[in-house]
Amino acid sequence: MNLEPTEEQKAIIAQVRRFVREEIVPLEDKLDPDASELPPEDRERLVAKVKAMGLYGLDIPAEFGGPGIDMSTRVLLAIEMGQHRAGLYVPCYGVFGAAGLAQLYEATPEQKEKYLFPMLRGEKKAFFGLTEPSGGSDPARAIKTRATKTNEGWVINGSKVYISGADKADFGLVFARTDPERGRGGVTCFIVETSWPGFHVRRVIHTLRSSHYATELQFDELKVPDTAILGELNKGFAIANERLSRQRIPYAAQCLAPAFKAHEMAIDYAKQRETFGAKLASRQAIQWMLVDNEIDLRQSTLMCLAAAAKCDAGEPFRMEAGLAKLVASEAAGRVVDRSMQIFGGAGMTKDFPFERWYRELRIRRVGEGPNEVQRHVVARDLLGDSLR
Amino acid sequence: MAIRMTKPWVSLTAENVKALPGQLGVFQLANAAGEVVFIGFGGGRALFGIRSELDKAVADPPAGATQFRVEINQQYTTRYQELLMLHVHDHGAVPAGNLGKPLPTLGRLSPL
Repeated sequence: MNLEPTEEQKAIIAQVRRFVREEIVPLEDKLDPDASELPPEDRERLVAKVKAMGLYGLDIPAEFGGPGIDMSTRVLLAIEMGQHRAGLYVPCYGVFGAAGLAQLYEATPEQKEKYLFPMLRGEKKAFFGLTEPSGGSDPARAIKTRATKTNEGWVINGSKVYISGADKADFGLVFARTDPERGRGGVTCFIVETSWPGFHVRRVIHTLRSSHYATELQFDELKVPDTAILGELNKGFAIANERLSRQRIPYAAQCLAPAFKAHEMAIDYAKQRETFGAKLASRQAIQWMLVDNEIDLRQSTLMCLAAAAKCDAGEPFRMEAGLAKLVASEAAGRVVDRSMQIFGGAGMTKDFPFERWYRELRIRRVGEGPNEVQRHVVARDLLGDSLR
Repeated sequence: MAIRMTKPWVSLTAENVKALPGQLGVFQLANAAGEVVFIGFGGGRALFGIRSELDKAVADPPAGATQFRVEINQQYTTRYQELLMLHVHDHGAVPAGNLGKPLPTLGRLSPL
């Protein structure tokens, strides 16, 4: 496996690094420290620049108009794009475009026309409604939201929690139980429009990620047509599994972006800051923290690239993607924590981005499948069906 | 935490604002009838958080504001959006003093 970036990769990385430092960071310095949106005029200007760079819609598959970037390059870009204050969750404030919900790529031609293509054009927003008050890591058993068959279609009743963007979305994917006698095989995925009667956003849920809230949804006699089923009846969890595993790799690499930046800042600071008549950099305690940062970053980067290489080679990569996610999310938290320690009191303030990264990175150990679930999945792959 | 602010109104005077802590948080301004006319926040860029923002309101009260109430809150960004969405739900539009000023993208909320 050759881990040296190609000349083309080096050129793209340099281009994106310049973009972050020259376009994003100066704008961000004027925004609230917890901002997650750019002013509309800046956003439009930067989207146009990204389109001119040929990098808009990075995660959209080539057959749907995306630039067709391989996973290894995507990992390297994720590490560059998030090296700013908002970069962990909103790399470059979204001006590189989004791929939207992976499941919709498996939709019928009619569903694609109505939902997927407008979403890719940025005309419609979508949400993903899986987690319920009864649990999120084991949705197959936890889902209590019921969809009941009627002569006209289906009626959905129930609720969802920790759902991002549902209050601003035009439609979303809602997983509901269609066969109460079967566990995983009794759940169906429905496309639900937020304007349909019976769809309610009941409350905002504030989290550690104070730049962005989640929502709680309630479905009250929500009528949906048969054509709203995505995929097959009772096979809601069979949709787009490979695409979802693919998303886990850049998700892992994205964790490393603020960690790389924090490490770079800590090194600069250690070289400048003097205590008791000597630079911080001369203290062994500081040197070891920086070395531990370097170890964490290199190990995690290699695991992300190893997962990406398998994915690009068309080999099974689910275990590698899970390992990359859990290792990168935990390592990045440690790197930011050590970098804050090196900065001392200043590291705790909103004058620097560490505090935002520290809060948001904590969520990454739970998001996209808690790390304990990732470990369980890896253990299952290692030990086989005896663990099922 | 109640989703709507319910603390009693305080007169919008320099003396009352001076007594506030320099904390992060959100605030509402109301007219003499107690109708909310502005929702704002004191964020990480404000020198003294909500106190700095309310100093500005004392100097130039938006939409005839004469009273204020505050909520100290580290999650001021999402709380600010929540208060704006609640106001839109209750009154059909953002407060008069917020019109014409930069606003975040607001979602739809229908609380019970």
